[in-house]
Amino acid sequence: MTVTEPKPRYKYVGTRPVRHDGLEKVTGRARFAADLNLPGQLHGIVVRSPHAHARITSIDTSEAEAMPGVKAVITSEDFPAVAPGHRQYDMCVNVIARDKVFYEGHALAAVAASTRDQAQAAAAAVKVEYEVLPAVLTIDQALAPDAPVLHAHMMTAGANPPAEEASNISNITRFSSGTDMDAGFAEADLVMEREFTTRPVHQGYIEPHACVADTGQDGHTTIWCSSQGHFNVRSSTATLLGWENTRIRVIPAEIGGGFGGKTTIYLEPLAVALSAKAGRPVKMVMTRDEVFRATGPAPGTKLRIKLGAQSDGNLVAGDAYLIYTNGAYAGPGGLLGAMTVFESYNIPHFDIEALDVVINTARSAAYRAPAAPLTAYAMETLLDEVAEELGIDAMELRLKNAVTEGEPSTMGFPFARIGFVECLEAVRDHPHFSAPLGPNQGRGLAAGYWFNIGESSSATVNLNEDGTATVVTGSPDIGGSRASMALMAAEELGIDPMDIRPVVGDTEAVGFTDITEGSRATFATGMAVVEACRKMVVELRGRAAKMMGVDVDDVDWVDGQAVYTGSDSDKDPLSVADICAKAKRTGGPLTATGSLEAHGAGPGFAVHLCDVEVDPETGVVRVVRYTASQDAGTAIHPSYVEGQIQGGVAQGVGWALNEEYIYDSDGVMENPSFLDYRVPVASDLPMIDAIIVEVPNPAHPYGVRGVGETGIVPPIPAVANAIYDATGCRIRDLPMSPIRVLEAITANGGSNGS
Amino acid sequence: MLSAMKYASPTTVAEAVDLLGSEPDARVYAGATDLIPQIRAGRPEPNVMVDLKRIERLCAISSSGSTYTVGAATPTADICAHDGLAAAFPGLVEASGLIGSDQIQSRSSWGGNLANASPAADTPPSLIVNDARAVIAGPGGERTVAAADVATGPGTTSLGPGELIVEFELDEPPARTADAYLRLIPRTEMDIAVVGVAARVTLDGDGKVAAAAIALGAVAPTVVRVPDAEAALIGNEPAGDALAAVEAAASAATNPIDDKRGTVAYRRQVAGVLARRAVSIAAERARERGGQS
Ligand SMILES: Cc1cc2nc3c(=O)[nH]c(=O)nc-3n(C[C@H](O)[C@H](O)[C@H](O)COP(=O)(O)OP(=O)(O)OC[C@H]3O[C@@H](n4cnc5c(N)ncnc54)[C@H](O)[C@@H]3O)c2cc1C
Repeated sequence: MTVTEPKPRYKYVGTRPVRHDGLEKVTGRARFAADLNLPGQLHGIVVRSPHAHARITSIDTSEAEAMPGVKAVITSEDFPAVAPGHRQYDMCVNVIARDKVFYEGHALAAVAASTRDQAQAAAAAVKVEYEVLPAVLTIDQALAPDAPVLHAHMMTAGANPPAEEASNISNITRFSSGTDMDAGFAEADLVMEREFTTRPVHQGYIEPHACVADTGQDGHTTIWCSSQGHFNVRSSTATLLGWENTRIRVIPAEIGGGFGGKTTIYLEPLAVALSAKAGRPVKMVMTRDEVFRATGPAPGTKLRIKLGAQSDGNLVAGDAYLIYTNGAYAGPGGLLGAMTVFESYNIPHFDIEALDVVINTARSAAYRAPAAPLTAYAMETLLDEVAEELGIDAMELRLKNAVTEGEPSTMGFPFARIGFVECLEAVRDHPHFSAPLGPNQGRGLAAGYWFNIGESSSATVNLNEDGTATVVTGSPDIGGSRASMALMAAEELGIDPMDIRPVVGDTEAVGFTDITEGSRATFATGMAVVEACRKMVVELRGRAAKMMGVDVDDVDWVDGQAVYTGSDSDKDPLSVADICAKAKRTGGPLTATGSLEAHGAGPGFAVHLCDVEVDPETGVVRVVRYTASQDAGTAIHPSYVEGQIQGGVAQGVGWALNEEYIYDSDGVMENPSFLDYRVPVASDLPMIDAIIVEVPNPAHPYGVRGVGETGIVPPIPAVANAIYDATGCRIRDLPMSPIRVLEAITANGGSNGS
Repeated sequence: MLSAMKYASPTTVAEAVDLLGSEPDARVYAGATDLIPQIRAGRPEPNVMVDLKRIERLCAISSSGSTYTVGAATPTADICAHDGLAAAFPGLVEASGLIGSDQIQSRSSWGGNLANASPAADTPPSLIVNDARAVIAGPGGERTVAAADVATGPGTTSLGPGELIVEFELDEPPARTADAYLRLIPRTEMDIAVVGVAARVTLDGDGKVAAAAIALGAVAPTVVRVPDAEAALIGNEPAGDALAAVEAAASAATNPIDDKRGTVAYRRQVAGVLARRAVSIAAERARERGGQS
């Protein structure tokens, strides 16, 4: 692993202390949502649709209600009505179906009973009558002229001319250079066009969704749950229930993985409604089966890209037609695909059209750099083909066309300082790049881009009587962000990071904070922490001035101490602990907050190099070496930056090789377990060499850019390009499972084995 | 749901047989690494769970010099750690070591692997090529059958009511004999065989095949032997044409299904490839073993 030395100009930022939540996690003491039990608690179970597409003609709960231990049964009737056009209509009817179910596993009722077994038995006794409708299971089926239309109200947004009839296309996105595309392609010496298909995949977090809700007679409820954003849990639950936010307090539990899949809600409003009806706390924990069937998949796609290049490798024109399915409801897949497909390269003539399509599968949720791994799969494998066709080295082609500071993106704004070229160079200069390959091995190069986001964050810094500090933020820690908050606060205040307790406050303990998503926690919430600390330093200087009996303008904050800079006389510097000890006499408790809307999230770039070994007779692909560079801006805690890069690679390799949702012809998921939904196991991966590139983001006080997502963008094309190098086969259909690889090898003239 | 279930832990085979006969829904188990996941997935619950691990005979490994006896509930971790078994049956021990993970290995057994009768189970093909015998106890006393005759189809066995497998018997292999087991899984572990192949080869003094046994898992409702491949090897060096014939015969012997884990075409093709490779490895080991037995 590449070791990044601590920056000399920082004392704590860039060091690698053990994370504050580490010991609790490795000893099993950390409390996840399913670990909480309240006295008198009931167990809630969801009744789910066995059909992929059906009208609910009746729900009879009477038998279930009469069963032993049953305290409450709810259906959509227990929630205020919502109609199409409601701001969060999709979310509401996804949490509990109204007149129709749109996928197998769609929740339509829930039961609370004294034991889980009783609740399960009662859930099975809820009688639901359905009128089964034909299921739309693929993009092609959804777009067929005679396709059943899922949502009678779905008028394609962004259609030109405007849509006049409902269809399964929720949205069309169009970005273009506004130039003459034919003329653009006419400038090219080489034009290549390729099509790709991919299937939905799951984020694969280990911890199933879980919550406990306790609703009192005063109409207020407390929810303990695992999520990426408890303020979002509060507002979404409030929306479903028609309540004010103040009636709901959400306390975040430790989270056992989310990767984007816990940016939305499923159970919480059901648990609150059951708890309100029963007058008891209600605990709900999904099974793995439910997690697969009813939560999270990332979109499946059909992608077509056409590239025009000149003989020297200069890219001149790009045309992309991208279709994403977001499951049963509208979603942003196509939009995000369009925003990322050509973003890494200078392509003067471009035309991007993206469709979002609904089908009868679970509503998709965000998954690390949503949509971008798939556009990268298409774009970066096609670039490899272009390089080969032109006889140009794949690295050179990327270096030649890579976007740099000041150049306009396809989104129309010029890039600020970015580190794409530096990431390419870091891989080019790594020993891996020129290491020899063994028999049946191949090497693949691919780049990736993700824009990252800012949004709202809040932080409160409380100095304690003994000079230690508590840093409270509203960002659930899904990747080590607490350690980063402590390091930034330590740097600002001059306190050892281990004397700082970074905590995630509940919705009543800290200011509003958006979801931990878009790789924003260390960036945006870090900015709020820095802002709070800087206010605190102003306060500390004032307190010190009082203690010294001098003018505040003559007190500076240096290395964690108030230092007198005036010329009157010698004054001993005062430490944080000194000032805290006298706080009562200088103005009371020392507290500061920072709340902001963060702008300028620096885009992240990554460049990956992957070696595979392919068994030419079985199609089995093993990843044997992997090197990944990524621009972190500044790595606040390098170990957790490396962890993010490695985690992204692991998930991307799984997506490339084996992960996929498999449905039968009725839309029933056939592989809802980790046995048959194959995420990589530890022995499937080599040690992933993470190279942290640091090109500071000018918008952040420490130069941070988010690192949580970009790492999952390049692995699919890196693996695909490596498989091509090893076998001569281009596989344009995910996953590149042994079956598909062997088919490709066989079609290509068989193996060279035995 | 694991609700109102009784637990019994007999210490003798006779007691276990009595318990098994006492209640219609009594079930024996060793590691329960198949049974518990099946119950959680909604299969009918036994009303009595009969734990076989307290019966000494079912967890013992012994050797008479010419025959090994392995208790049917012996954890596969113990089997893998047994030097004698590893030397005599390297393929069978490898197959045992492929089951699950360390945690699973500390519980999983040959008896459970065979009696569960999954077509994809890893040890049955190796038990079969080594001519393992199963000693079965029941209300009528004990009987011994070929391990090959225990599973009769996916999830079904020839065990009668009240019967359980007590132990397995394996004869010490003759000179210049060794086995090998290969399986295809998309991942490197914690996966279920798409194809599994066991081969056992005995060489004569000239390096030609004197005896061979090849068995395929996961490509038919039960383990299939490949007599055509065995015949193609006998009298020949395990190389070239003979291996090509093994490959073709193994592919032809399959009767697979298309499912989420593999296609017919894939299973057929890979069964041939793995059969050829397993025979090569077994022959190489047999050569190394030379005259020792
Ligand atoms: C995570 C995981 C990974 C796995 N990986 C593999 C793998 O790689 N390869 C593989 O083949 N299997 C695998 N399995 C399945 C299982 O572990 C094996 O089949 C194991 O050998 C079963 O042994 P057991 O003792 O746990 O069986 P049990 O669950 O105790 O029993 C299985 C069945 O056999 C019956 N039975 C058990 N013992 C006897 C006996 N002595 N006489 C008569 N009937 C008996 C039981 O009543 C039950 O019907 C895996 C399971 C898990 C949970």
